Amino acid sequence: MTKWLGASMLECKNIGFYYNRSSWLFRNIHLSIERGEIVGIYGKSGSGKTTLAKIMANYLSPMEGEVLVDGEKSNFSEVYPVQLIWQHPEQAINPKWKLSKIFEEAKELDQEILSILGIKEEWLNRRAHELSGGELQRFCIARAFHPDTRYIIADEITSMFDAITQAQIWHALIWLVKERNIGVLAISHQIPLLERISDRLVDFNQLKAVRTE
Amino acid sequence: MHIVYELNHEIQEEIEKIQNHLLLEVKNLSLTIERFGKGWTREHLYVIRDFHLKIHHGEVVAIVGASGSGKSLLADAILGIHPKNSIVDGMIKYENKLLTEKRRKRLRGNDILLIPQMTNALDPLMKVGKQVKTLMKQKSYQKSVKQIFQKVGLDPAVYDQIPSACSGGMIRKVFIAMALASEAKLIIADEPTNGLDDESIEEMLFQLKMLAKDNRGVIMITHDLEAAMKIADKIAVFYAGETVEVVDKKHLKKGGKFRHPYSRALWNALPQNGFIAIDSSQPSATEKLTGCSFAKQCPKATKKCNMEKPLLKEIGHDEMVRCFYAGM
Repeated sequence: MTKWLGASMLECKNIGFYYNRSSWLFRNIHLSIERGEIVGIYGKSGSGKTTLAKIMANYLSPMEGEVLVDGEKSNFSEVYPVQLIWQHPEQAINPKWKLSKIFEEAKELDQEILSILGIKEEWLNRRAHELSGGELQRFCIARAFHPDTRYIIADEITSMFDAITQAQIWHALIWLVKERNIGVLAISHQIPLLERISDRLVDFNQLKAVRTE
Repeated sequence: MHIVYELNHEIQEEIEKIQNHLLLEVKNLSLTIERFGKGWTREHLYVIRDFHLKIHHGEVVAIVGASGSGKSLLADAILGIHPKNSIVDGMIKYENKLLTEKRRKRLRGNDILLIPQMTNALDPLMKVGKQVKTLMKQKSYQKSVKQIFQKVGLDPAVYDQIPSACSGGMIRKVFIAMALASEAKLIIADEPTNGLDDESIEEMLFQLKMLAKDNRGVIMITHDLEAAMKIADKIAVFYAGETVEVVDKKHLKKGGKFRHPYSRALWNALPQNGFIAIDSSQPSATEKLTGCSFAKQCPKATKKCNMEKPLLKEIGHDEMVRCFYAGM
């Protein structure tokens, strides 16, 4: 039960990353997200927000520093407690699978999620190309809610959608997150949106500037 | 400075009046995709049901609609590059003459230009500058291309780069440069602001406006109502394959509201205006609609709305709305 002894937060400690050896994309990034908290982060395009998201969700490993989940380093043997939701759902879903299979991908999901996210039963029998982006994104959100998920990184998840779809998706997501005490890092370039949804705002460029030297 | 602006504005309005002939008129446009279902059955997808649009010289018209409502196909249908298994019906007039297939082929790429949504639409092996140059009618020199580059805020060094060395924002600027270099009178921009940060969006919108100042017509297809409000002279709201409303920006500027319930819902869903989500989504393209397309979600829907299809009514100058109870 060491899990609960550490602080219950997702921490980035001193993270640094580069794609090209000659220049660091960012260095010394410190960021922490508590459970049940929604943190909004904004910054220019191309500043490395998505890279940070990938590092936090363990898709990439940082060149220096570490990511701690509730005080522990990542363990590959189980479902990773930090789940990433991507910007383009049509690129994150297997086009050959029926959506019911996508939904089963994250095992042990309860049916309640379907109704909260507004997923219709008939959609489950279709394949990805028969649904619109907004509808697919709901599936991507649904499969991120494994019982072991403790944190969610939402990388521009609604920037492709119209205002109504955006509001629908965020209302559902916020409700789920608060109910399950999940911490969220919301990445977006729309500051009014972040002001609406998040408990705390972070400027990524400032985060980068503080200790880059 | 202010006076100069006012004067300019007045002159521009005069010019507008003189050149008040239509650039493009679209009436009753529909696009149906036919595809095979299980076995031998055929399915029809009514992607565009009833679309209307008018655009004058020097005007920016934004087409705003939900994601997945077939907005991109709209551009394809106007240009005649829609998928082969689809049927397009309706009337399109370009400069008051019917746009036939033959004429369309001649105009497309010369008079009518598409700024695509995809940033991979450029030739990956050709230098960017050369690609812009191919659109110039006369044998212009490299110099004028570089002038255009300067105008849109691109580094002259980009001239010799291949597209893969450019960022997404840069490629969008190259598209604008292409539009400026060409002699196109009508420019259709498909989701020009997708995935850009605030600063780049501002810049992009400014440049589109610049194209309109050049007395060209700009159609901007977008899901972003905010961006549309910023530059468009007219906003056409598109829902479930239909034009539900065309509104003049002057009306909104005066404090007027949108007239159609869907446009109002869209407005109210913006994060800065309430963030209100209405439930359920738009009718799917396979459905044949008997009543109003928005009836199921509309707070004011009556029996009549479910039974009878409202027609697009003209109100005021070039403004239209498709609702029995518009403006109430």
